Amino acid sequence: MKFTWFNLMPWPYLPDDFREKNRSVWVDIDQRLFDPAKSHEVYNTYMDLLEYADTLGFDGVGVNEHHQNGYGIMPSPNIIAAGLARRTKNAAIVVLGNSIALYNPPIRVAEEFAMLDCISGGRLVAGFPVGTSMDTNYCYGQIPALTREKYAEAHDLIIRAWTERDPFAFNGRYNKLRHVNIWPRPIQEPIPPIHIPGGGSVETYDFCIDNTYSYSYLSFSGYLRAKVLMQGYWDRVAERNTPDVSPYRAGFAQTICVAETDEEAERLYSEHVLYFYNRCLHVHPGFADAPGYRTIKTIQTGALSQYAPPRGTYSQLTWKDLVEGGHVIAGSPETVRHRMEDLIKGLNVGNIFCLMHVGNMPADKCMYSSKLFAEKVMPKLRGLLPECEGDGRFWCKPLANRATSGTLPQPYSPARAAEAV
Amino acid sequence: MMTQKTAQTRHAEVRYLEGGSGTPLVFLHGAGGMTPEDPLLAALAETHHVYAPYLPGYGETEDCPELRDMLDYTLLGWDLVKAFGLTDPILVGHSMGGMIAAEMAAIAPNDVSRLALICPAGLWLEEHPIPDMFTFMPYEMPGYLFHDPESGAKLMTSGLDMNDPKFLQNYLVRNARQLGMAGKLLFPIPERGLAQRLYRIQARTVIVWGASDRLIPPVYGPAFAAGIAGSRLVTVPEAGHMVILEKPADVAAAVATLG
Repeated sequence: MKFTWFNLMPWPYLPDDFREKNRSVWVDIDQRLFDPAKSHEVYNTYMDLLEYADTLGFDGVGVNEHHQNGYGIMPSPNIIAAGLARRTKNAAIVVLGNSIALYNPPIRVAEEFAMLDCISGGRLVAGFPVGTSMDTNYCYGQIPALTREKYAEAHDLIIRAWTERDPFAFNGRYNKLRHVNIWPRPIQEPIPPIHIPGGGSVETYDFCIDNTYSYSYLSFSGYLRAKVLMQGYWDRVAERNTPDVSPYRAGFAQTICVAETDEEAERLYSEHVLYFYNRCLHVHPGFADAPGYRTIKTIQTGALSQYAPPRGTYSQLTWKDLVEGGHVIAGSPETVRHRMEDLIKGLNVGNIFCLMHVGNMPADKCMYSSKLFAEKVMPKLRGLLPECEGDGRFWCKPLANRATSGTLPQPYSPARAAEAV
Repeated sequence: MMTQKTAQTRHAEVRYLEGGSGTPLVFLHGAGGMTPEDPLLAALAETHHVYAPYLPGYGETEDCPELRDMLDYTLLGWDLVKAFGLTDPILVGHSMGGMIAAEMAAIAPNDVSRLALICPAGLWLEEHPIPDMFTFMPYEMPGYLFHDPESGAKLMTSGLDMNDPKFLQNYLVRNARQLGMAGKLLFPIPERGLAQRLYRIQARTVIVWGASDRLIPPVYGPAFAAGIAGSRLVTVPEAGHMVILEKPADVAAAVATLG
């Protein structure tokens, strides 16, 4: 099992009447709600928490990319990841990911990911999302019907840039580069492991199967509702005669809150969980799915965008609804262990993106929950997939001997040099 | 009475409606598409031989991934004129179709002598931003498109219930096909450099605008008129962006002035 501690980095100061006074947390969110001076504290706390997760023994620390978004103040995950590469010791740096159709030219991603891999000593797990419609189309202006073609081209360019050892010309439709020759290149050979976030389209299933990438379902609606979608993926894996059904071919994001008892979990975390589901997921439906962004085939299979809850929004859900419905796995270590086992076995997933920081949760509670999970839950889940323990295809392969950051020698001193003679 | 036929072009097999007799006229529909019952088509067909193609993604014309940008669609327009066997037809376009027609006239000024642009897209005035139609909810559409949104909603849905889930699902798929294509020309800002090409148009041009257009405000009418030498601007009162549905006779009369 691979457990990645994830922080979406929500803005924790959305007002109580946010829903009533604002139409969307995303794209056209009110500028005035962001306070740059307060964000100084917020960013540093969030980065401290990610570093803390490394000390607790999580396998990875995770960051992602959103734009103009009140629940994700991380338009550039690579900036956060660079800090983590320096300040963490063992955890994989899981960047899930860079929306590669948005980088111009996309070799920027090949370069920055290479830098992260080099600085971290080979700890990078790379993610290539298409990006949500909010990010990609409405914030970054990509033409919806051309987004996937541009994404595919960016992917091919990045992989070639990582793997070819001589300069080459790339004559793409969206990128024309005469001399591709990135410098540096990643430590991990032939390429760092790649995870692809997806939302149920067959094209993405096939893309992962064909390239041996891990398929990640990053949902906020929990593992019970994910069953149908993940089964669709595994059916496709079987249909395509894929040589194995390793659970590491898949990942899943789950909100998790641990306390000593179920009651304590509700008492400590419900306000923060409700903050997330009520305020942070308040997305104007007109931004959820630009026409042309999803293929007709995907729409016809009935997969609705998770950002367009059809009827009855998240705001009507109580703590009880969210916990019983599996949106959130919360409770005592024993309760959480049981439900996590259901999740892992039910979805057959080896990569768990643990959303341990939720909404406006303060650092101390987040640490309490994370520590309980790391000490009392994680060890008991580790042995759940013994038959696939050796499957390293979807995880990073760090250098055995890695540099320790902040360990410069004494500055050169002429006096000392003279003494040494 | 319009009949549906098929024209083969290099990249797309295009369904089109044909009807009426008289001077040949090619009508290019807007981002909302068209139906054989559109009253403007009927009005134009009384005096013209009308050819009205369904652009890729619209009606029964399949989506065409090979066509990606303004030039591709401008040339598709000319490929269609050729496929219809026409020389110098009257070019008429509404909204996005008007943008394509204007580009066709600008790129091949010697091949088109009569042009009608009905509240065309294609220009962008900083002081008068056009609302982002790609974020509209279904129930918001009539307010932007019609002088009278209430009767407009009925025209749009033929009286069907917008809250009916089945209607909504079909709407979603149709929207994805149609606006997916439209986005290639109109997303995220409906401007692809036409302003610097407008001067090339030599056609006698009439520009028609609904006085209550809340999608592309009527202030764009004079901007087009200023860009096309000798053009004439006709403003139709009590009509919105869908002036072609609300006041088809007025639009047809304006087009008729071209001959």
